[in-house]
Amino acid sequence: MPAGNRKNITGGVVQTTLEPSGASLLEVRGLTKIFGTLKACDSVDLTIGKGEIHALLGENGAGKSTLVKMLFGSLEPYSGEIRWNGEAVKISSPSIAKKLGIGMVFQHFSLFEALSAAENIALSLDDKTPIGTIAAKAQALSYSYGLPLDPYSMVGDLSVGERQRIEIIRCLLQTPDLIILDEPTSVLTPQEADKLFETLERLRSEGKSILYISHRLEEVKRMCDGATVMRHGKVVGHCDPRQETAASLARMMVGNEVQAVVREPVEGMDKAEPLLEIRGLARKPATPFSTPLRDISLDVRAGEVIGIAGVAGNGQGEFFEAVSGEAMQEDGATIRIRGNDAGRLSITGRRMLGAAFVPEERLGHGAAPRMKLSENLFLSRYATDAKAFLGAGGLVKEGAIDTATQRIIEEMDVRKSGRDPEAAALSGGNLQKFIVGRELDRRPTVMVVNQPTWGVDAGAAAKIRQSLIELARSGSAVLIISQDLDELFEISDAIAVMHNGHLSKPLPIAEATLEKIGLLMGGAEPGHADHSMEAV
Amino acid sequence: MFEQIIITIATAATPLLIAALGELVVERSGVLNLGVEGMMVMGAVSGFAVALTTGSPWLGVLAAIIVGALFSLLFGFLTLTLVTNQVATGLALTLLGIGLSGMIGESFVGQPGVKLGQIYIPGLTDIPLVGRLFFGQDPIFYLSILLTFAVAWFLFRTRAGLTLRSVGDNHTSAHALGINVIGIRYLAVMFGGACAGLAGGFLSLVYTPQWIENMSAGRGWIALALVVFASWRPLRVLAGAYLFGAVSIGQLHAQALGIGIPSQLLSSLPYLATIVVLVLISRNRRLTLINTPASLGRPFVPDR
Repeated sequence: MPAGNRKNITGGVVQTTLEPSGASLLEVRGLTKIFGTLKACDSVDLTIGKGEIHALLGENGAGKSTLVKMLFGSLEPYSGEIRWNGEAVKISSPSIAKKLGIGMVFQHFSLFEALSAAENIALSLDDKTPIGTIAAKAQALSYSYGLPLDPYSMVGDLSVGERQRIEIIRCLLQTPDLIILDEPTSVLTPQEADKLFETLERLRSEGKSILYISHRLEEVKRMCDGATVMRHGKVVGHCDPRQETAASLARMMVGNEVQAVVREPVEGMDKAEPLLEIRGLARKPATPFSTPLRDISLDVRAGEVIGIAGVAGNGQGEFFEAVSGEAMQEDGATIRIRGNDAGRLSITGRRMLGAAFVPEERLGHGAAPRMKLSENLFLSRYATDAKAFLGAGGLVKEGAIDTATQRIIEEMDVRKSGRDPEAAALSGGNLQKFIVGRELDRRPTVMVVNQPTWGVDAGAAAKIRQSLIELARSGSAVLIISQDLDELFEISDAIAVMHNGHLSKPLPIAEATLEKIGLLMGGAEPGHADHSMEAV
Repeated sequence: MFEQIIITIATAATPLLIAALGELVVERSGVLNLGVEGMMVMGAVSGFAVALTTGSPWLGVLAAIIVGALFSLLFGFLTLTLVTNQVATGLALTLLGIGLSGMIGESFVGQPGVKLGQIYIPGLTDIPLVGRLFFGQDPIFYLSILLTFAVAWFLFRTRAGLTLRSVGDNHTSAHALGINVIGIRYLAVMFGGACAGLAGGFLSLVYTPQWIENMSAGRGWIALALVVFASWRPLRVLAGAYLFGAVSIGQLHAQALGIGIPSQLLSSLPYLATIVVLVLISRNRRLTLINTPASLGRPFVPDR
C-alpha cells in the first residue's frame, strides 16, 4: 500500500477542515442534502486518497447512505462540491458516476432476482458485449479474486454472500478507481467477511481506493487507513482508526457512552420447565426463492434467552412465520406453547396461550403504518386483553387503550412528536421500541423476536436488549432470531445456528465462540468443527 | 372446407394475439394497462374512418396504430408521470375509449367499409389444401406471426429486452443502476397501445369491414387474460390465442349443426378451454413466478 497517500489523515480526532491534497482521488466539500425539514447531510467534508481504504462510520440514520447515494448520483445534493482528481464534477446520475470511475456495492442489493448472474452484470455495463462474453469475463475475474461464481445461476436461488459476490464482480468489471461498499459484512459469516477483507486488501495493492461504510468498529480498525465519522448528518471528526480504540470510535459515533447490557448467568436453567417446545418442524418452500425448513427441534425454557444466528435467507423468516402462526403446521404437536399443542392455532390463538411475537419488518408487519400507536396496540391485543380494552357489547374502551399506550411509551422511552402519532411518523428505532414494549407490556410467558434491533441506534438497541433479558429473568422463555452476532453473544444463554433450513443444537454461551458459530453459519457439521477450521 | 375452417380460426385469433403481445411487453416492463379494450376500439374506429375517407385500407391500418399509441400515451402520462393508480386509470381508459369511439363513429354506422384484401401469389396460393392457408391470407395475419417471434427474440435475446425485463423485475434496482425506468415504461406502454390499435384496425378492416359500436366486444379483456395465463411468454400467448380462436369457431359450427347443448354453454367453451389449457401449461409454479414481472402494477417514484 502506498504509504504517502495516508498523510492527510493524522492521528486522533482532527477538525473537519482538511487541506486540499494533490494525491486525493475524491474530495467532498460542504455537501448538503435536505429531505423536507430533515438535514440528512449537513455540510459534509470527506477526502479519499488514491489507494486508500477509507471508512465512513456512523450509526443508522447518521446520513452515511445519503452521502454515498449523492456520490453515486442516485441522489442530487442540495449544495456543496464534489471534486474528482482535483476537478469539480457534477454527478447527476449513476451512469455519470460509472463513467468517472466510481463503482458501488449496495447494502440492500440492487440485483434482479428473476435474472441470471450474467444478465445482472450485463445490465450495469453500457457496452453491447454479448452475454456469453460477459459471463466468461465475469467467471474469469471471479476466480482470479477467489470469489467463485456461476454466471448462469438465477440470482433468486443464491445465498446473500453469493449475491454480494455478483455485486462486487459487477463493480470490478467496470474497472472503477473508487469502490463504495455499503455495510458489506452485515450479511456475511465471519469467514466470508475474512474473504472479503482479502479481496479489499488486494484491490488496495492494485491502487484502487475504497470507501468502506460500516458500524462495525473492529473491522474498520483492522483494515482502514482513514476514517470519517458522522453523527446526525454532520461529520464529527476525521481520524486514523488504527490509532483509536473501539471504545473511542464508538464514543465518536454515538456522542456519549452507550449503557452496557448486563446479563447475569443463571444456574439450573436446564431443569426449568420448557415453555416453548418445537419438535420436527418442517415446511415446504412457499415461493421458488424461499428456504424449506427441515426437521427443526428446540426447547426454550423458563428464564432463558435462546439466540438463533444465521446468514440472512437461511430459513429464519420461514421459521418465524411457522412459530408465530403466520404459517400453520400440519401437525399441531410440532409447536407446543406452555404444554399446549399450538401448531394448528392462529396467531391470536397462540397469543391467547401467553406467547408474543415481534416480526422483522416493522412497518406493514409489526405495525400498520398509517394507524396511530394506540390503534396499533389495540390491533395486536384486542383478543388477549379483551377484558381491559373491550366494554359491554364489544365497544372499544378508548381510555384504557390510551392509558396503556402512554404507559408503554414511557416505559420504553419512545420519542415521538404529538401524543399519539401514526406509526409511520416514528423513526425506526423508536417504533421498534414501541412494538417490543407493546408485547412486553403483556408480560408474555413466551416471547419470539425476529431481528430485535435491526436498523436501531445503539442507545435504543441497548434498551431493547436489556428489557428482553429482564423478561427472561422474570421467568419467561425468550427466543431471539438475529443476524447480529455481537447482539446474540451479548444477550443469549445459548446460541443455535440456522443454515439452509436446518437448526443446529444450541451451544451454551460459555462454549460458543465466534469461530464455532461462524463455521456453523457457513454450513459446517457441528461435529467436525475443528476439522474444517484447518481448511479455512 | 377444412382449410376454410383453419383460416377462420386464424382470423379470430389474430386480433387477440396482437393485442396480447402488446400488453405482454407493457406488463414485462412492470406496468399493468387494463385499457386494452379501450385502445382497441379506438383503433377500430379510426382505422375504419381513415380507410373510408381516403379509400386506402393501408392508411387505415397506419391510423389505427398511431391512434392506439397516442391513446396509450394518455395512460402513460397519468400513471407514469402523475403516478395515478394503474388499475383505476386502465379501467377509465377502457370506458373513455368505448364512449369516445361511439361518438366518433356515429356517422359511420351502417356504411360499407374498405376491406384490406388477402394476398395472392400466383402459383403458391393455388396449391391445393394449404395454398390459401400459407400464401393467401391478409397481411396482418403474417405480421402477427412475425411479431410473436420478434417479441420473443427482443425480450430474451437482446440487451434492450433485458433492460426492459429488469425494469419490470425491480424498478428500484434498475433506477440505482442508472436505467431510465420511466422512459422505458413510456416506450413499452406506447408499443402496447400501437398493438392494441392495430388489433382494433384488424377488426374493422379485415374481420368485418364495417363500424359497429363497441365492436371489440370484450376481446381486449381476453387478450389481458391470455397474457397472465400464458405466464408472460410470447409463444404461449400464440398458443392461447389460437386455442381460443379454434374453440370459438368450433362451437359456432356445433351450434349450426344443432347439437343439443344450450348455446350459452357452448359460447362459454372458448373461455373455459383456454383457461384450463393455459393453467395446465403453467402449473410449474417456479417457472411462472420467475416469469411474473415482480414490479407489475407498482407505482415508481424515483427519489432525487
